[in-house]
Amino acid sequence: MNIVVLVKQVPDSGAERSLAGDGWSVDRSGGTNVINEMDEYAIEEALRLKDETGAQVTLLTVGPDHAVDSIRKALSMGPDAAVHVSDEAVAGSDALGTAKVIAAALGTLEYDLILSGAESTDGGVQVLPHLLAELLDIAALTGARKVTVEDGGLLVERQTEDGYEVLRASGKAIVSVWDTINTPRYPSLKGIMAAKRKPVTTLTLADLGVDAATVGRSGAATTVLSAEPRPARGAGVKVADNGDGGDQLVAYLTAEKFV
Amino acid sequence: MAEVLVVVDASGGTVRKVTLEMLTMARALGEPSAVVLGAPGTAAPLTAALGEYGAAKVYVAEHDDLDGFLVAPKAEVLAALVAEKSPAAVLLSSGQEGKEIAGRLAVKLGNGLLTDVSALDADGTATQSVFAGSWVVKSKVTTGVPLVTVRPNSLTPEAAPAAAEQVGVEVAVSDKAKKVAVVERVTAQKSARPELTEASVVVSGGRGVGSAENFALVEELADLLGGAVGASRAATDGGFYPHKYQVGQTGSTVSPQLYIALGISGAIQHRAGMQTAKRIVAVNKDDEAPIFDLADFGVVGDLFKVVPQAVEGIKNRR
Repeated sequence: MNIVVLVKQVPDSGAERSLAGDGWSVDRSGGTNVINEMDEYAIEEALRLKDETGAQVTLLTVGPDHAVDSIRKALSMGPDAAVHVSDEAVAGSDALGTAKVIAAALGTLEYDLILSGAESTDGGVQVLPHLLAELLDIAALTGARKVTVEDGGLLVERQTEDGYEVLRASGKAIVSVWDTINTPRYPSLKGIMAAKRKPVTTLTLADLGVDAATVGRSGAATTVLSAEPRPARGAGVKVADNGDGGDQLVAYLTAEKFV
Repeated sequence: MAEVLVVVDASGGTVRKVTLEMLTMARALGEPSAVVLGAPGTAAPLTAALGEYGAAKVYVAEHDDLDGFLVAPKAEVLAALVAEKSPAAVLLSSGQEGKEIAGRLAVKLGNGLLTDVSALDADGTATQSVFAGSWVVKSKVTTGVPLVTVRPNSLTPEAAPAAAEQVGVEVAVSDKAKKVAVVERVTAQKSARPELTEASVVVSGGRGVGSAENFALVEELADLLGGAVGASRAATDGGFYPHKYQVGQTGSTVSPQLYIALGISGAIQHRAGMQTAKRIVAVNKDDEAPIFDLADFGVVGDLFKVVPQAVEGIKNRR
């Protein structure tokens, strides 16, 4: 079995994050870029299946040159190889543009199963698996908390707003996973050393046969009119509890008409 | 007047509040028509509420395939309807399914998609929150019928009675859209509390609550205020409260009128899920906790003293 894991380098959500001056894209120039946290669970799930079935695991990422640092870190967990699509023309792509690039890159790879995180901490659009499913004509099973590979198919438990669903699919599929699915492993020293020698293939849009005009800002079906940091919340009132903290709280809630 | 399609988000025979918000929002762009996609019998219990909030028409697409397979059949039927009606815009809820249908629609129709929208102007300009509400972006769709997913609790629904004329939609689902079968659907026991993402009041507990038993205090305050109960990641990871109630980067994003954080320090992971709340109240014994930077009203103190006193105070006022 061949598994491709989609990984994304994002600004560390534990640090201040910003949009680039043009308002179109995430400012990724800072030093604090990490693998999207949810993607680590997708990598772990792929490695679990690799341990079980001997699957080949390839990472796929789209991002600027310095994304290679995150790729090496991810490889140290245990995947076999990585593909890095790096092209300035991709910058400013909307969700659909990004999906087109990923779909084209997947076209160059052998895969039976694609895994991704259920959400990214920067764009957070959640729609990517279904965009890819439409573009590649494969199954999409999103929000998985459990994945079982059966004969020629997949059984997935999907977390929903009302409870959970059990889904079955056959053929090629993309599955996005929640952080309840497993506990990602820490890279071992051996893994870190081995990661340095693992193959990382870098591809451009031309390599993929993607017309640069159909992606990036020029290909986007949406346009950004303005982007501003949300005004800071005004300083509030802070009181120390001297035995009447609860009463003061009720007084506040009453004044604000919540009680 | 131009027609605006509002894809109905409902649960257990009841229209979710976000649907009423979308019907209200849609009126800025044109005349709202609701679209119900589901198994036979889905639309009947929803129609009255849809009419009350301004649906001139209710397109009813009912077929077992819409329920028996994941998302793709709904997107297929909706794509055909959009192609036929050429609406001014299509509004869906920013929940899991709404976003997924919208994504598929964007590929099928080549249309622009804007997610997590909190306001929509008459000219189609949409307001979105990014980076968990720390940036405000205004965007517009430039290609095709705008596809917009609307974040719950973006506005207060306003009633505007309309005809809610039922219009049947023919459903023919291709094999291509039947790749993922729903084998079983397990509905968790519905709590009497409002849903987390829809509630106008959310009371959350964090590490400082200390144990699963102590969450009863959080629940008591939430119930007194008619609110939902949430939890920080520290609390769900610690097993104090079920994971599905987690508020934050890796849980739900909420935007209630009032958010009360009890024993929550306010790490970015948590703030990401709640900082667009209209009013924020925090109780924490650590004077330096970052949650106080966000709080409109903060009490530095022991939540096990402050909250019971507040609970008594609220009861006495009734």
